[in-house]
Parts: sequence; C-alpha cells; structure tokens
Amino acid sequence: MELSFSAEEIAFRDEIRAFIRDNLPRDVQQRMIEGREIGKQDIVDWQAKLNAKGWATPHWPKAWGGQDWSPVQEFILIDELQSAPAPQPLAFNVSMVGPVIATFGNDEQKKKFLPGTASLDIWWCQGFSEPGAGSDLAGLKTTARREGDHYIINGQKTWTTLAQYADWIFVLARTDTQAAKKQQGISFILVDMKTPGITVRPIQLIDGGHEVNEVWFDEVKVPAENLVGEENKGWDYAKFLLGNERTSIARVGVSKQRLRRVRELAAKERAGAGSLMDAPWFREKIANVEIDLKALEITQLRVLAEARKSGKHGAPDPKSSVLKIKGSEIQQATTELLMEVVGPLAMPYQRSTDAEDEGNNTPIGPDDAAYAAPTYFNWRKISIYGGSNEIQRNIIAKAILGF
Amino acid sequence: MDFDFTDEQRLLRDSVSKLFANRYADFEKRKAYAKQPEGFDRAIWAEYAEAGLLALPFDEAHGGFGGGPVETMIIMEEIGKAAALEPYMPNAVFAGAILRHGASAAVKDAIIPHLIAGEAMIAVAHTERHSRYDLNDVTTTARRDGDDFVIEGDKTVVIGGDSADHLIVSARISGGTRDRDGIGLFLIDAKSAGVSRRGYAMQDALHGAEISLANVRVPASHQVGDLAVLERAADEAIAAICAEAVGAMEALIAMTVDYMKTRKQFGVAISAFQALQHRAVDMYVALEQARSMAIFAALSAADSDAKTRGEAMAMAKSAVGKAAKFVGQQSVQLHGGIGVTMEYKAGHLFKRLTMIDLQFGDADYHLRRLAA
Repeated sequence: MELSFSAEEIAFRDEIRAFIRDNLPRDVQQRMIEGREIGKQDIVDWQAKLNAKGWATPHWPKAWGGQDWSPVQEFILIDELQSAPAPQPLAFNVSMVGPVIATFGNDEQKKKFLPGTASLDIWWCQGFSEPGAGSDLAGLKTTARREGDHYIINGQKTWTTLAQYADWIFVLARTDTQAAKKQQGISFILVDMKTPGITVRPIQLIDGGHEVNEVWFDEVKVPAENLVGEENKGWDYAKFLLGNERTSIARVGVSKQRLRRVRELAAKERAGAGSLMDAPWFREKIANVEIDLKALEITQLRVLAEARKSGKHGAPDPKSSVLKIKGSEIQQATTELLMEVVGPLAMPYQRSTDAEDEGNNTPIGPDDAAYAAPTYFNWRKISIYGGSNEIQRNIIAKAILGF
Repeated sequence: MDFDFTDEQRLLRDSVSKLFANRYADFEKRKAYAKQPEGFDRAIWAEYAEAGLLALPFDEAHGGFGGGPVETMIIMEEIGKAAALEPYMPNAVFAGAILRHGASAAVKDAIIPHLIAGEAMIAVAHTERHSRYDLNDVTTTARRDGDDFVIEGDKTVVIGGDSADHLIVSARISGGTRDRDGIGLFLIDAKSAGVSRRGYAMQDALHGAEISLANVRVPASHQVGDLAVLERAADEAIAAICAEAVGAMEALIAMTVDYMKTRKQFGVAISAFQALQHRAVDMYVALEQARSMAIFAALSAADSDAKTRGEAMAMAKSAVGKAAKFVGQQSVQLHGGIGVTMEYKAGHLFKRLTMIDLQFGDADYHLRRLAA
C-alpha cells in the first residue's frame, strides 16, 4: 500500500498547476473564490484552452480526443482545477452527452457533435427531469412521436441548468407509450435549441440567481437522425450517463478550496480579542470538516484504484454513492463555516449578477460577506440533484442488504 | 404550573391570526409587499396599530396595554407562520424594551404615543463591522460636550433601520472597545445632521440599513440606558424571535407534510416511504423541543435577574437555532428542487429561519455563552 503519488504523477500535477497559473484569467479565479457567478464567455474561453491542451476530455476514446490516462491522472486534473479554483469542463458536455455519443452514437453523430462538444462550441443542457419525474426519472411524460423522417416532441422539462446558454439539449422522451415497463420506451434524442416550439422560462432560486429553467416543447420537429443509439433504449444510455455524474459530484477539490478560503477569512476576521482563527472552538469546527474530507479523498482514490484494477471505468459501485452522499454533505458544511465566519454581516441581500429581481448592485459591507448566505442557500441543491441523497441511500441499501 | 393561554391571550392570538390570514394567505401578496421601498406595506403597519399590537408592550400610563413576553410570543409566532415582513421585533419589542427600561419619563412621554399610533418607527443600531454578536464590543464613540453628547461611528445591519424615524445607538462614553462599562444608548432623530444611511433588503426580505454617524449631536437627556439595558432588551428580543422561529418551523413542517402527501414518485405518495416518514418525525420532535424552549424564554424574559434571564435566553436561542437549521434544511431536502425556488413559500421560511439564527448570536454562540 502506498498513499502518495508517483514521481510521474507529481510531475503531472505540477504541469497542471503551472498551466492554470499561466492561463486562467485572474478575475475569473477571483470570482470563483468569492462564490460569484462567472459568465458564459469565460467558461467557453477556458474550456477552449483546456481542450487545445487535450485536457477537456481525457476520459473520452482516444480517437475522439481522449488521453488514455489512468483514473488517478484524471483525478489529479479535476482536483487541481477544483482547488485552483478554475472552471471545470462543462459536465453536460464532457461527462454526460459526450461519452453517450462516443459510446452509443453513430459515426455521423460523432463527427457532427464530438469536436464541438469537447471545445464547447456546442453548449449542451440536459433535458431529463420533469415536474412529475425527479427521483423517479423513468416516470417522465415528454413524448416523441415518429412522423416520417422526424420526431415530434411534446412536454415539459425542468431544473434545466443554464438552458439560457445552451445551443443543444439532450432529451429523454417517450417513444413507446405502450411499453410494459416505464423504463422501456424511452429514447435519447438530440435537439437544437433554436428549433421552433421550444420555450425556455427562467426559475429563480432562493439565492436570487438564475441558473435553472423550465424548457417547454410544443410540437417540436426533430430529424430522426438525431436519435442516439436505438429507439426505446434511451434508459440504458441515461443510466450510463448518471453513473458518471455520481462520481464527479464528490468535488473534493472544491471543498479543499472552500476550507482554504474559510481559514483565510477567519484569520482576517476579528472576533473578540483575537481573530476568529485564534478561537479554539472555530479551529475545531474546521478540523472536523477536514477529517471528513480527508476520509472522502481517500475513499475516492480507493474507488479509482479499484476501477483501474478491474478496468471498468466508472462502473457502478455502491461506494460511488458514498462519494455523492459525503461529498455533498461536506460541501454544504463548508458553506456553513463560511457563513459563520461572516456572522451577522451575511444578512444583507446581494443581487446575483444576472438575477431578474431588484436588489442591491454594490456590496453591503465587506466583499467577503456578500456571497456567504447565497452560497449556503444555493448549495442545498447539491444533496438534491444528481440523484438525491435519499436515492443514493437506496442504491447502497440495495447493494448491502441485497433486496 | 399552567401552559394555557388566558381568554385575553386567546383573543389576541385569534385577532393577529386573522390579520395575517387577510394579508398573507396569498403568498403572491407578500412578494408585492416586499417590493415596496421599505420592504413592507405601511397600511399593514397601520393595522398593527389599530389592533393594538404596537401598544401592547408599553405601560398603560403611556397609552399601552402592559402586555408581557407571553403576549409578545403569541404575536411573534403568528408573524413567523405568515413570514410577515413588518419590523415588529425591531420596533415594539427590541427598541420598545430599551425605552421601557432605560428612558426618562420625559422621553417616554415624547415618543411612545407616536410609536403606538404607528406614526413613527424606531430601530436599534448596535451591530458594528467587528462586533459580531457581542453587545459590549463598541467602537462608536459618544463624547460629552456641555449638555450634549457627540456621536461618531458606523453601524451595520441595523434591522428595520431604513424605515426608522428614530434610532437608538449604542456608543462608547469611556473605556476600551470591549469593556462592559462606559457604554451608553442614545435616542437620536434619524434625520439629524451627520446621520447618513443606506437601506437594503436582507436575505429574508426584511430590511436593514448601514448607518454612519458623523458628529451627531444629541442632548444628554436622550441617553436611554447603558449596556445592562441593551442586554435586557436583547434578551426580550431573543425570546421574541425564538417564538417567531417556532411559528416559521410550524408552517414549514405543515407545508412539507402536505407536500409529502401529494407528491407522487414511483407510483406512490412519497409519504409512504418510511425513511422520509422518520425524517418528518424528527422535524416534529425538533419543533416541539423548540416550542418548549420558546415558552421557557418567554416565561424568563421578564426576570429582572440578568444572570438567570441571560442563561435562559442562551439555552433557548441555542436550542431554537439548532432546531431551525435542522427543520429548514430538511424541509428543503424533502421538497426537492421546488424548495430552493423563489416562487414558493418554503424557501422563504428556510431563509428567514437562517437569518433568525444570525440575529443576537447563533446556536453555537449561545452554547459557548452557556458553557463559559
């Protein structure tokens, strides 16, 4: 057993650090440190840089821009991006629809979509959840009716992240309404967001920001060639995709960066006679989260090591649900610490950069305080999305209790 | 021992409950009130006055009804259920307590009738950039100059500060930043020369203000108390917001349970899942424990012994803060995505509960205070 990285892995890590230092715009990094939103163009520009280096899609097949890296190398890249902090390649593109197209799509689709998906010339959003289909995703009601060379899509998707930026959406829709089981009869279809009949309506979250949307489909006519894989097999592709989402949600690097931020701010914050960081009770609180995070990091490395050994990259493992549960809880705990550093100064409301309501445009009090409460509120979603923590517990229960 | 309300108290609860049913049952209306410049509707404040709520804590000699902390608890619990936006706690409870305990008869005569009538509003400016929750951590200065004091300093997150006509400012007459001695409370006109303020909405849609005081002159006769008075008033305010939190938790749990009974996944209402049933039960347990502590706080708030009273408030605020966080977080989780949207009331109750924890000290602050 050996916990430390090899010399090659350390050299690799240093290369990534240097690349981030030399290429990531300072203002983007600063906005991320403060928990503020970053603009579409900043994300696009950064992913283009990563992609030029071959780092946007290392886990893809080599023929389509993959790198033949070890899972540990992939972990190091993500960890360094998260710790910097730097934007990660857009998950909808590189972790979700990209691997689905690369694995189940035809050559035409691969040629048409994969390069732009890697470079973010095509911004994808995910058309999965519906008002009546959340944890029970297979209960979705959106339909795709075949008419000649087209599918006609009708229905409503919701919680669609950054649909306002998206060029394309990958949709789960019911192509066979008579199927015996609800998981059967679902197809995976790629839809151009400019197609007539699509309406995007913003949903404002309690932090004031606009990151999710409702997407309505009214007689949306889509070429049949945009079906991925086989008709009525979409559920299999969705399961493949969601398995990838669970492991990427641990976000160990994000929590590391957040704890670093908490320490920095607490050292500057006067609390009584000394700084907040001088207070033993506060140091204990940070240490408690750090212990949890260290355990999570090693659990994640163990999952990766097992995947390397078995060659089953991203294969379902009940421990990947452990990563999701603990990862989300730890991330949420770091936002509580941040709010505690700021204390009563977390109360003034800060308008999010693109919120549609009226608020305050310039910060009240110190900049550090502005995003503490909004981040805490916003990050409650982490234990809800990507398969709620209750669903993750069901997965583990099924695995260990065998029912 | 008696946990029953008197007939008068029941009448009070019913009339307050009716007021909020009229004004807040439709959540869209709350959104409209929140968009007004002061973050609430002055017509509703006038209804508070008509219903006698603004008179309630004051002595009959000043036109009040001589109500106590139990009456305040009744009102605050209803405010919590409705997620009401009017600054009742900052005005009638917190500032009201300072005036009751610290102001001279002349000052009381001059101001209380206007507050009771709803014509004038008031707020307490005590928090500073680095004071956190310590009421004795004061850098704002009060320099004696003849018959006046001259106040100089900055106050932050003054709840209800943007709508206030009068401000009660804590300032240091003598001593070091954290000394317990040498702190005075001064009643000033918010339009005095040298007062500048910037009002804003807070995370829970209630309003606050940043207030700068540059050479603000106030007659020495307008000193309305010292640290002991501020702490006593803060204790009454703590009891009040504990009751508000209980009301908010009760409403949130009711919404969550309703949602669980109607939301269907996997072909059944999600209330059929035992894991979720037990979560709802834990929320109920937390609520009932918090309710007991809010009652304890109300029954201790009038205690004139600062130590006994302070310990009770520390216990109550710590317990309620802990319960509020659990209930708030779990309500959001059980609602799923809808729980974090601006359009739906649950998220606003969650935010309000979060902000209550940040007022007058969070759960762990009071735990440390108690253990010290």
